[in-house]
Amino acid sequence: MRQRVQIPMPVRYLINGVLIVLLFLLGQVLISTSILSSYYQKILLQVGVYVIAAVSLNVATGYLGQLPLGHAGFMAVGGYTAGIFMKSFPIKGIPAFILAILLAGIVAGIFGIIIGIPALRLKGDYLAIITLGFGEIIRVILLNIDTVLGFKFTGGAAGLMGIPKYTSFPIVFICVAVTCLTIHTMMKSRHGRAILSIRENEIAAESCGINTFYYKTMAFVASAFFAGVAGALFASYLGLLVPSDFGFMKSIEILVMVVLGGMGSMLGSVLAAAVLTIVPFALQSISQTVADYRMVIYSVLLIIVMIFKPSGLLGTYDFSFTRILEKLINRIGIHDAVAKKGEKSR
Amino acid sequence: MAMLQVDSINVFYGSIHAIKDVSFTVEQGEIVTLIGANGAGKSTILKTVSGLLRSKGGSVQFTDHTISSAAPHKIVSMGLAHVPEGRHVFSQMTVEENLEMGAYTRSQSEITPGLEKVYNRFPRLKERRKQVSGTLSGGEQQMLAMGRALMSQPALLMLDEPSMGLAPLMVEQIFEIIKELHKDGVTVLLVEQNAQMALSVANRGYVLETGKIVLSGNGKDLLEDDAVKKAYLGG
Repeated sequence: MRQRVQIPMPVRYLINGVLIVLLFLLGQVLISTSILSSYYQKILLQVGVYVIAAVSLNVATGYLGQLPLGHAGFMAVGGYTAGIFMKSFPIKGIPAFILAILLAGIVAGIFGIIIGIPALRLKGDYLAIITLGFGEIIRVILLNIDTVLGFKFTGGAAGLMGIPKYTSFPIVFICVAVTCLTIHTMMKSRHGRAILSIRENEIAAESCGINTFYYKTMAFVASAFFAGVAGALFASYLGLLVPSDFGFMKSIEILVMVVLGGMGSMLGSVLAAAVLTIVPFALQSISQTVADYRMVIYSVLLIIVMIFKPSGLLGTYDFSFTRILEKLINRIGIHDAVAKKGEKSR
Repeated sequence: MAMLQVDSINVFYGSIHAIKDVSFTVEQGEIVTLIGANGAGKSTILKTVSGLLRSKGGSVQFTDHTISSAAPHKIVSMGLAHVPEGRHVFSQMTVEENLEMGAYTRSQSEITPGLEKVYNRFPRLKERRKQVSGTLSGGEQQMLAMGRALMSQPALLMLDEPSMGLAPLMVEQIFEIIKELHKDGVTVLLVEQNAQMALSVANRGYVLETGKIVLSGNGKDLLEDDAVKKAYLGG
């Protein structure tokens, strides 16, 4: 049997690194040459935010196999954390924004621990209900703590205004890349295997000596952390946060992205997030009435996908450029071997 | 000192008193079996030993540790492996990935020799290394579950109904493997409904009835015992 060619690990990282840089440069060139108008750039930033949100939810839904319905709650926590921090922090500018993004993730992660510890003792529907409750609690609290002890806090229903707008293509791109890379490497590690094994069979995981509760919480917190990052980017993108932005429907919208793309497929989440973010804008340009009914269209789409492909459009398939490259090399290799054989027989 | 010493454990499911003052021991190098009808509490005892359920009062000693209040994952790393009832394999993972998961508590360098040992023991698994384990037959899945438990290099292997739902030939094969494992020095605590088979391989046995141990003795004596014959072996 012929030895299959395998690309060694450091080269794989190099290839992926180069790809990321190329993609970044492509985006930069499109923007600086104004091929993408500022309207399209806005959409692109929003796509980035939702990609992070969907990829992070995919950790809890796809890899861990739970069904949290309060993802918008974590985004809200992150968004408001970043917004309030940036408004009150004496230093302004990009470094402060990066600090705010990290802080948003950490605070959302802490909320993830607080919610995760009781919620993850439950399963399936119960976990969905408890996280749904959490999302609503966050929204209502944000609505009601407009001033705390005379200090202006969230601004209540009017919203948190005047958040410095720093969300730009490079920052969103880096955040998306870091999120995807972190989650990817986490899932390829021994910790990721443990998380996957819990989804596969919790009893068996436990009997293999895996601390199931720890890993469930870990996945949940990672999911919350990156949701917080998405929230921070969202806050600085809009410059204005309103609690009603983070309602139940937002959580559902993100969940639809994950489910449509395929639970457990990062590429699926990325593509579905991109498509479902762009579709409303596209519909709007066709006609406002169609755009008003987009939630109906989503729901119908979801029903159709669930009937014909319950695992989502991509299932658990994940894209790997190096794997495609390997296949290509191997195919060429086979051609070589065939050619050599031909020479011999002559 | 006994390898496993279970001392008057009491387990409750809500208000139901499922295990009543059960005590037993497993010595190093033995095969000990717990037999009994449905609902006698056999699986509950194993789950209590492996930390999935908690006993009210009493104690469980494994080698020189008290494990009555240790977390399940800690107990596994102490060398006590539990093959749960009903062949819980990671059905979307391949056979080899399943086995690797079994070595979760061991270090990286122990995986390859461990795999080799398991493949020697279960040649069938080697043939199917790259197959998704959900597509294996029942008997193969049972082998995989046992192989996975062996990957953690346990001092004591607890098997919960390994013969459940298997064809007679496969049952015999599984019991052959249990005997071989025993020869290699693995201590086995076996829970079975198939009393005949279990007692024929076991050094000692305990008979359970509605949460209590009603009879104990060595395997051969229990096989001959009239009460056991009447209740479990069909007269």
